Amino acid sequence: MTEAIQQTVLAILQDLTGEDLSERMDEDIFETALLDSMDTVQMVLALEEQLGVDIPVSEFERDQWATVTKIVAQVQALQA
Amino acid sequence: MSAFQPYANPRYFVMLLVALVPLIIGLLRGRRHRNYETLVSLVFIVLIFAGGKWHEGVALIGYVLWQLLLVMGYTRYRHKANRTGAYWTVILASIAPLVVVKVTPVFTVHPSLLDFLGMSYLTFKSVQTLIELRDGTLQQVDPLFFLRFLLFLPTISSGPIDRYRRFAKDYNTVPTREHYLDLLQSAVHKLFLGFAYKFVIGYFLGTLLLPKVAHSALVHHHLGGGLGISWALVAYMYVYSLYLFFDFAGYSLFAVSLSQLMGIDTPQNFNQPFKAKNIKDFWNRWHMSLSFWFRDFIFMRVTFALMKHRVFKNRIHVAQTAYLINFLVMGFWHGVTWYYIVYGLFHAGAIIVNDMWLRYKKRHHLPHNRVTTALAMVITFNVVCFSFLIFSGFLNTLWFK
Repeated sequence: MTEAIQQTVLAILQDLTGEDLSERMDEDIFETALLDSMDTVQMVLALEEQLGVDIPVSEFERDQWATVTKIVAQVQALQA
Repeated sequence: MSAFQPYANPRYFVMLLVALVPLIIGLLRGRRHRNYETLVSLVFIVLIFAGGKWHEGVALIGYVLWQLLLVMGYTRYRHKANRTGAYWTVILASIAPLVVVKVTPVFTVHPSLLDFLGMSYLTFKSVQTLIELRDGTLQQVDPLFFLRFLLFLPTISSGPIDRYRRFAKDYNTVPTREHYLDLLQSAVHKLFLGFAYKFVIGYFLGTLLLPKVAHSALVHHHLGGGLGISWALVAYMYVYSLYLFFDFAGYSLFAVSLSQLMGIDTPQNFNQPFKAKNIKDFWNRWHMSLSFWFRDFIFMRVTFALMKHRVFKNRIHVAQTAYLINFLVMGFWHGVTWYYIVYGLFHAGAIIVNDMWLRYKKRHHLPHNRVTTALAMVITFNVVCFSFLIFSGFLNTLWFK
């Protein structure tokens, strides 16, 4: 389950940033300016479409979604 | 002008610091005296609005009750339903007083009776609370707590703009002794840095230097084909920009410092903005609590809606539209004058051009080194200073008065 979510998240991020983050799961994607606000919205939309979660934009606190590991955990929490 | 203005003179600082002593002792002993804090806040708010500004005090009370009614009413409504029409109605009702205050000067020289010091900042907190109720990230609002959040003394007049849930997290807990000692240390540092910024550098730039360059620029108003373009105007642009930073950053340091003394870690407002490498970077460093508010509650929501409903095929057009709306709203928020609106449009244009350049740079693999970074900082600084010249309203005086 986690594995599948992880693959989807990595694919979405690769699509947006052009970078493979599978070796950098704990890198802060906002701190490194890999993702801007626009990419973030696209990521949220892609997560909603592909993983069937509903993420309110105001729920979006950057430090809780800042790394691949954290995104996977958030998606799992929302799916539960 | 009332003698009792937030952070305006030594008397305010001395009185507030003395009043905070019991609170500080309490926090050091692991207790937060909330009722005492409320009392101090109320006394100071009365002092700020007493005297010549009593009508502002009345406006404040009316405004706060109106926002409370909307937030509590909408909280009750949200437990039963979630219609888009109801949401927009409360949002419009919440910003209505601010709209009246901002539009009134267009029609008359008399300021609106609804106006009071800090209104535009309180509106952010109220609207944000309503948005979070709509999203469901906030489900209960305690009326007394909401008032404390809205009227939190250190930030009441000009921010930084805190968020409901963030504020609640600090307010409903007591910092550990270790954490509070860190906060105290940071508070003292910020207090003295604030004095240097606002009362030394800001005073020199704004009170001593600025009137001189302004006078000189006005004397040369016939130059440049009647546009008044002179070296004095260029000097005005830089002096005003630096003054704006030191004055406002100084004020923000006070607000954060006093919050920290009260055990509340109010967000920072400035992070070395003149070191920004591009306009986007600038907005991550300048008046951050405002720009992040706009980012989260306007830019992100607009892009989200535009993309979800597939209004544009091209994501670049989505971003450009969202930037335009974002900065236009910010312009109007400052006030309904041509120079605030042009300031907003100018920044929207700058950030759109900035995006185009970043895409071009990426496509053509242009060099990126210390020289290009330094050049980028110089260009950004000058673009920003030019935008502040527009913002200052000085061109209005120069051209039309």
